[in-house]
Amino acid sequence: MLSTLVFAPTAVALLLLALPRRTPAKVIRGIWVATAAGLMAATVILWAGYDPGGGMQYETRARWIPSAGVGYHVGVDGLSLPMLALTCVLFLACAVYAWREDRRVREFAALFLFLETTCLGVFVSLDLILFFVFFDLSIVGMYFVIAGWGHKDRARAALMFFLYTFLGSLALLLGFIGLYLAASPHTFDIVDLTAANPLAGRAGYAGLVLLAIGIGLAVKTPTVPFHTWLPLAHTEAPAAGSAILAGVLLKMGTYGFLRIAMPILPDVWRQYATVVVILGVICILYGALVALAQSDFKRMIAYTSVNHMGYIILAIGAAAATADTSRQAQSLAVTGAVTQMVSHGLLTGALFLLAGALYERGRTYDMDAYSGIAAKAPVFTGMTAIAAFASLGLPGFSGFIAEFQIFTGSLGPRPLATSLSVLGILLTAGLFLRALQKIFLGPLRLPDAPGTPRPFSDLRAHENTAVVPLLALAVVVGIVPRFLLDVIEPASIAVLELLAR
Amino acid sequence: MTEMNENPLDILPEIFLVAGAVLGLLLGSWLPRHRQWITGALAATACTAGIIAAAVTSPGPAASTFGDAYALDPLTNAGRIIILGGGLIVLALSLRPLHADPREAEFYVLIQLALLGAMVLAGAQDLLLLAAGYLLASIPAYTLAGFRKDGPGTEAALKYYVVGALLGVVMLAGITVLYATGRATSYLALDGALDDTPQGLLAVGTLGLLAGLLFKAGAVPAHYWIPDAVQGSAPPAAALIATLPKIGALAALFRLGAVPLDAEPLPWAALIAVLAAASMTLGNLAAFFQSDVKRLLAYSTISQVGYLLMAVAVAAATGRAQSALLYYLAAYTVTNLGAFAVVCALPGAARIDDYRGLARRRPLLTASLVVCLLGLLGTPPTAVFVGKLEVFTATIDGGYTWLAVLAAVNTVASLFYYLRWIMPALAHSSRPTPPPRESRTARAVAYTCAALSLAIGVTAGPVLDLLSGPMSR
Repeated sequence: MLSTLVFAPTAVALLLLALPRRTPAKVIRGIWVATAAGLMAATVILWAGYDPGGGMQYETRARWIPSAGVGYHVGVDGLSLPMLALTCVLFLACAVYAWREDRRVREFAALFLFLETTCLGVFVSLDLILFFVFFDLSIVGMYFVIAGWGHKDRARAALMFFLYTFLGSLALLLGFIGLYLAASPHTFDIVDLTAANPLAGRAGYAGLVLLAIGIGLAVKTPTVPFHTWLPLAHTEAPAAGSAILAGVLLKMGTYGFLRIAMPILPDVWRQYATVVVILGVICILYGALVALAQSDFKRMIAYTSVNHMGYIILAIGAAAATADTSRQAQSLAVTGAVTQMVSHGLLTGALFLLAGALYERGRTYDMDAYSGIAAKAPVFTGMTAIAAFASLGLPGFSGFIAEFQIFTGSLGPRPLATSLSVLGILLTAGLFLRALQKIFLGPLRLPDAPGTPRPFSDLRAHENTAVVPLLALAVVVGIVPRFLLDVIEPASIAVLELLAR
Repeated sequence: MTEMNENPLDILPEIFLVAGAVLGLLLGSWLPRHRQWITGALAATACTAGIIAAAVTSPGPAASTFGDAYALDPLTNAGRIIILGGGLIVLALSLRPLHADPREAEFYVLIQLALLGAMVLAGAQDLLLLAAGYLLASIPAYTLAGFRKDGPGTEAALKYYVVGALLGVVMLAGITVLYATGRATSYLALDGALDDTPQGLLAVGTLGLLAGLLFKAGAVPAHYWIPDAVQGSAPPAAALIATLPKIGALAALFRLGAVPLDAEPLPWAALIAVLAAASMTLGNLAAFFQSDVKRLLAYSTISQVGYLLMAVAVAAATGRAQSALLYYLAAYTVTNLGAFAVVCALPGAARIDDYRGLARRRPLLTASLVVCLLGLLGTPPTAVFVGKLEVFTATIDGGYTWLAVLAAVNTVASLFYYLRWIMPALAHSSRPTPPPRESRTARAVAYTCAALSLAIGVTAGPVLDLLSGPMSR
């Protein structure tokens, strides 16, 4: 079941590439949207059949390269199921959003379907090498999206993206090899490694392995100081690419911390939790401050991603902080972190798609070039305002649920760090309000750049169809979050039990 | 050495190649020019028969034949299959450009002799046979490098020859010294005999021996002939020179490190590790701003040899080194020849810029190029990824973590120049493309290699099982 879900998009991608060259673009877009919708439906069925208290489910385990300790092992639990659903939702939104894409549609659709396979694959993998294969392929796929369909400086941005994240993935590989050699019998299986806890009592070795894995995941997340690839990649990527990059690919980093680093290396994770917390606070404040200084709308959203991912880092650091804090507070922090992943995925995805709509109309992301758009495009204004308010953590939206849990869970063990982090919320509030004011309020002024012949039109149907569900889901999670939290909570308690060993 | 073990069936693959070469030479003298391809077909038959013979004898226990001179073990057999398989690919690549060439038959004969030399290097278990293998692998390759008789070809052959002759003599001197030190040339006899010998002599002998083998492997510091030889020779010959002799040389180095030089007082493993580090780093740095595709591939092979030498460095330290080396060799051969096949398919495109807009014209060929280049980088699920995984694991297991870290950093660095080639191929071409002079056979070979590279990667499990097994010692 899971394997079909993971590999179906690639199969469709190959089919698309095999279609005759004269196939009309409409057919290709139709197949793409239908596939994404089908995957979405499959995930809903998966979710419906999932038993929240049942641990790992839908497992498949097969031999792959037994002599190297590599197996094909997939399954879902409360950490991965929300990520799967998020992936499917975002890819469906991107498929709908790209309805008007007319540059090499076939390749674009095939690439996105392939990317969907890699993203789903990362979240269901229960073998380190399988995880790595999908992790690495997601980089390759995104590289081609940026290099092929990006804006002006795409070649440099794509190269930077590939180099940085590839460096991260090789660090990750070295860490995985370290884990493999430490376990006896040698294995790459995440479940077996978690059960064996092979590095208990070997602090030096475990520290090095955690360093390698930590760097690998931190580049992807990205945390300061490994974030420098992110603004450029985001600015140059096409809108749908940015949405996937921020919405799904970044989550692979934090998901990796929860799935691999914390359960397999509990001792050293507890030992270095303070470092993680400090990194989280730096991300939160630095991301927010740099975002505040941007005049480029897309770059600003990119830096708020650094800020939002910082909350997750803070939470997973604080969850391990001390033994004397109550289990409930720790559980709140981890649950908040997973909720934040979902929430950030939905909201940043929506924001990047809206930024793409802005660019399509004005051919620039420069906020100073726009003014008073609210009069021309009320729906666009409303959507962006909702996404921005949700993103800054207004109650009633998913961001609030996530950040509230993170702060409540982290305040007990890490009062200073948490209070500093709350400043981040203030800063993001400030920068979003400033951006809204600049672009949408005031006298009407539109960029007078070449390539903008049409007047500024409001959101079109396909753009609405892509963005509205994302925002609606954010509201649903914000108002009735139990359906999500019921799935996450048992899993986060399981992670904490593993961490407390 | 006690009983008669001179069974010619043990060296059937080698015999097939010799027979193919001799018959080819005779046939070539009588056949009309447009039928000379028959000698090529004969060569391909010899290679295929050799692969079958090697595969059939594979499962047997490790043994020696012809005294202790020639080893029959997984290292020899896998070496044979990889070299012959690579030979088949090179033959397929040469079929078109050499069709009805006045010296077509000679080309195929030379290819077979070069393959034979590489195979002897891989299986030799005696220093004198190793020297014979060295000469057999080198001399046909010099001729192949200068086969076109044009300016760059002559320069390539001359450089190749001068360096090869010099280092060959050094190697012979080293062998002489080792013979004097250990009083034997057979590895099995040397194993143990070298332990309490004068260290100075041993060091001189080993370094001399190493010089020749590093030349064949194309590793630093004996690497500087590769870029000129590869750039100057015809694409099919370049593919052979850059890929196949290495296999024999690396297998020979591995055998030396695992059998006679494993416990001797010299820091053999550390020396190889340093050479590996130097090879991968220098090869990568030099490849950075190359704009000629053959030269870029040449420097990339130097860095690949660095990764391969990692497995050689830990040959004695860990049991997983052998399958790691052999798997990486197989993966590398297929992938590198795939990249060369793309070069052969577009004989008119010598520089990276000539690939601009290729994706529009030849989507499948571009896909093969991307698979092969990203494969050389070690992107999953291509074969080199599993090879790198195995080699890194073996290296860390063998205690050389710093080398594995350096290799990882180098891998990231190599991404830069592979992407420099991929990027224009995918980009939109602004200027009209020159009338394509393209080879359909080479294109098919490129597709096959890319598909094989993926297939070996996905089915790594059974392949790896075949490659492990005790060495003859």
